[in-house]
Amino acid sequence: MTLSAAVRVDVTGFTLDVALEIDAGQTTAVVGPNGAGKTTLLRALAGLRALSSGRIDLDGSVLDEPETGTYVPPERRPVGVVFQDNLLFPHLDALDNVAFGLRTRRHRRRDARRLAVDWLDRVGLAGRGHARPSELSGGQAQRIALARALAPKPALLLLDEPLAALDATTRNDVRRDLRHHLATFSGVRLLITHDPVDAAVLADNIIVLDNGRIAQTGTPAEITARPRTRWVAELVGTNLLAGAANRDGIIRLDAGGTLIVADPLPMGAVFAVVHPRAVTLHRERPEGSARNTWRGHIATVEPVGDRYRIHVDAAPPVVAEVTTTAVRDLGLAEAAAVWITAKATEIDVYPA
Amino acid sequence: MGIPDRPPLFPVLIATIGALLFALPLAGLLWRAPWSSAWDELRSGPARDALRLSLLTSLSATGIALALGVPLAWVQARVDYPGKRLVRALTTLPMVLPPVVGGVALLLALGRRGIVGSQLDKVGLNLPFTTAGAVVAEAFVAMPFLVLTLEAAFRSSDRRLEDAARTLGAGRFTVFRRVTLPLVAPSLIAGTVLCWARALGEFGATITFAGNLQGTTQTLPLFVYIKLEGSNPNGAIVLSLVLLVVSLAVLVGLRDRWLTAR
Repeated sequence: MTLSAAVRVDVTGFTLDVALEIDAGQTTAVVGPNGAGKTTLLRALAGLRALSSGRIDLDGSVLDEPETGTYVPPERRPVGVVFQDNLLFPHLDALDNVAFGLRTRRHRRRDARRLAVDWLDRVGLAGRGHARPSELSGGQAQRIALARALAPKPALLLLDEPLAALDATTRNDVRRDLRHHLATFSGVRLLITHDPVDAAVLADNIIVLDNGRIAQTGTPAEITARPRTRWVAELVGTNLLAGAANRDGIIRLDAGGTLIVADPLPMGAVFAVVHPRAVTLHRERPEGSARNTWRGHIATVEPVGDRYRIHVDAAPPVVAEVTTTAVRDLGLAEAAAVWITAKATEIDVYPA
Repeated sequence: MGIPDRPPLFPVLIATIGALLFALPLAGLLWRAPWSSAWDELRSGPARDALRLSLLTSLSATGIALALGVPLAWVQARVDYPGKRLVRALTTLPMVLPPVVGGVALLLALGRRGIVGSQLDKVGLNLPFTTAGAVVAEAFVAMPFLVLTLEAAFRSSDRRLEDAARTLGAGRFTVFRRVTLPLVAPSLIAGTVLCWARALGEFGATITFAGNLQGTTQTLPLFVYIKLEGSNPNGAIVLSLVLLVVSLAVLVGLRDRWLTAR
């Protein structure tokens, strides 16, 4: 089973234009900032929004292709959706919520209920069939929403920010739970999230969406190690510097300044990633082996666990992560003038 | 700072007079009610006719309002089309229009020589001075209560739930029946009850358009008005009490919507 989609949707002032190919048995996460087009993509795949052009093909059957006038409405697509905020029907109890998609697909009432009971059991909520959605905890509602989407046996499962509505304490449990349940679904799984942790834990592959286009695809490890958008870099907490490499092993950065790296360089446009822990701050001009040294002023100082993340206004601007001791000893406060060094051996460079 | 517990005297005094304005007439009605003969008054022929007719016409009017008003409210809430504001104004108008004007308008449109009425007359349909005419007059006046209540509910209900239903295999009609309508059920019930109560109490449009024929168009309010002036004031008072009890029942039934507001 494969989802093969070329999705183009034109909205006033915005165009979503992406091509995907996803095999069954894998979870793909679509991540990106607000307004990147994630939800539009999900709605197009579900049939809640028609394509402007392109083609959606699920397992050999065309669901939407404006060019040939093909459009299968949502109720006739083999697609299950877990919506943001779950969107359980408030007037139905948990059991009837799960049975809803079975009833509409011509199961008799009794059969639908029996299957729904099985599903409640499978998601560990056997005793909660008669609970109204308002009586369920966030995690329980999420599992009911998943059971409701999976009960009609879809070929494609879409999840829209399934964990966004949960508070931090239950989030980890529910995420682990969801990972387990996703693994039992053999169709194509597509997850939309703005949370990199969700993507890293739940997905085999990640698609980074930016302004309606695919900015990057890869495994979670690849994406976090070598981000190609500032948004991802900020989320994983690293410094992403774009520039152009020349023959002498020097990168001229778009944001000003240069970088010298230890490894042989690809030529042309490159990204350089410097982990904040590999960035050192000094009050005096440092002596020593670090060849990348530049000056700036501290913009913000924020505590992160037992360390501090310090944003420095400079060319290029960077984030450094330093110890509490360093902050105290060096008097690192907002507006302080500092010298920045980054070890050439700790900079990862890859073609843009 | 003054003493916070003691409300100022002047507004409380005015408020008391205001409240009495509502309470005194009711007290008068209860005071003058011929309790001993109430049952006999209710069982008298003309009173029973009026009761039966009012029940029939008000329920029929409510039925018509539901059949036409639910789709109308849905379209007003969900479909964008030119002239929508005009339609809303037109459907709201009967709430503020003097009912007697509504009756005149109905007569001019649906009367035997009216624009539509003359055509209906050709196929043998005749509305003025018939029970059907009373139903039309009541529906005309009462339907806005249903439409406005329901339209607001359609407008504020979460449409994403309808999307969810569609992805679960429900076509448009199934979505409407199993999701949209149940979600607005409280408003549907409230609007229906309001509509029915208004139809039951309808006087001006009915007497103008349908006349005052015992057993055919003489509904409860018409009966009360005629009898109070004429032969049987006690009967009028007893049937007024009946209408009062219905109104109170409606109020109590809908108390969660209005009376609990603090």
